[in-house]
Amino acid sequence: MTILLPVLLVAAVGLLCGILLTVAARLMAMPVDERVEAVLEALPGTNCGACGFSGCAGYAEELAGGSAANGLCAPGGADAADAAADILGLPRTAFVPNTAFVRCGGSDAATASAFAYTGERSCAAAVQLHGGYRACPYACLGFGDCAGVCTYDAICVVDGTARIDPARCRACATCVAACPKGLIQILYMDSPKTAVRCRNPDKGTAKICRTGCIGCRRCMGACESGAITVPENLAEIDPALCTGCGACTQVCPTKCIVKVIIT
Amino acid sequence: MKAIVAVLFTAVLTENFVLAKFLGICPFLGVSKKLDTALGMSVAVIFVMLLSTLVTWPINAYLLEPNGLDYLQTIIFILVIATLVQLVEFTLKRYLPPLYRALGIYLPLITTNCAVLGVVVLNVDRGYGFGDAMVNTLGAGLGFMLAMVMFAGVRKRLESADIPDFLKGLPISLISASLVSLSFLGFSGMAEGMFGAH
Repeated sequence: MTILLPVLLVAAVGLLCGILLTVAARLMAMPVDERVEAVLEALPGTNCGACGFSGCAGYAEELAGGSAANGLCAPGGADAADAAADILGLPRTAFVPNTAFVRCGGSDAATASAFAYTGERSCAAAVQLHGGYRACPYACLGFGDCAGVCTYDAICVVDGTARIDPARCRACATCVAACPKGLIQILYMDSPKTAVRCRNPDKGTAKICRTGCIGCRRCMGACESGAITVPENLAEIDPALCTGCGACTQVCPTKCIVKVIIT
Repeated sequence: MKAIVAVLFTAVLTENFVLAKFLGICPFLGVSKKLDTALGMSVAVIFVMLLSTLVTWPINAYLLEPNGLDYLQTIIFILVIATLVQLVEFTLKRYLPPLYRALGIYLPLITTNCAVLGVVVLNVDRGYGFGDAMVNTLGAGLGFMLAMVMFAGVRKRLESADIPDFLKGLPISLISASLVSLSFLGFSGMAEGMFGAH
């Protein structure tokens, strides 16, 4: 008899729990939107956050609910946008590819060093020591923190500066957050663009870097579409106005304006 | 009042669940890489711990002990806690989707987390009344949170530290965890001095 009570008790508790859970599962069941699942399937599933929603699941939900625009998924590109459009019965729209761009051309040869840095080979660590070892306080430190986080192998460090291959870049913006200097920007590439490979708005850039923007304003004069302004000693190109003609790259004395083309 | 403070203080610092009792090491090492996930996990653990005590204490006091079935504690507690967490998950998913998104992924992880089971068994073993049991549970949860948050900070430092290759990853995490744990030994004397030996 002594064994009967414990056995019954455990069985009863187990049964009660089971029934409770079954009833709760029925009562609380959420209607699952099959389209959300299908859209989620079509997205790349990298959860990079480039669309501005919390992961691929978040974007799929907003897409199916009609509260988000299609084509925001940069890594998925045209394929994902078209697939999502078909699933949701939306019209297919032309997908505009973007690319990330490093706003510094200060290679080891072009930029002076302020001191010899022998510490941990990571930008995040190097930036803690006087903001980095380069003479230019805005310069790329070239340890490749951005290359380390890139899922698509689009970034490599050449001569001490990070370079992004636009053909591989999916503009997921993971590297934007990884750069302690905030040098990486996402370019909206509806056509070939030009971009300034410098972020130093101070005077006297020429003394510390051979490829920095010196604020000479020659590009401003050369630009026919009025896309370039030089608010301080740094040229800024308005991507919406830039036609990518490349006239500015011809006149730039330090060659810090470059053409960006997605092949 | 003094007794309650003593119970809370002991649970948070002297007998810190993670660093002194070595319970709940799995989430401690697994989810402490970032501060926000560490906080989310800790809040979920505190919530589940309190809920578990709320339910298991009466079960033990009114069902198991009168019938002399103390030895069934572990299995019954596991059953009840797992069911409870599952129920909470359903409820959150249905009525509080934002909270579900914040806590939801941690809830299944801690259904039978040994820290949760540990605290309810400990409450019974020590013969705490219902009030003391709840305070002890809260203390255990806060202690877990303290350990998680502290260790998340330590791990952030580890990320940019120059670590020999053979120690990278889990080995250095374990070594630093043991050092943090060692530092918590300092509290044992303090509790006795403040509240008297117990």
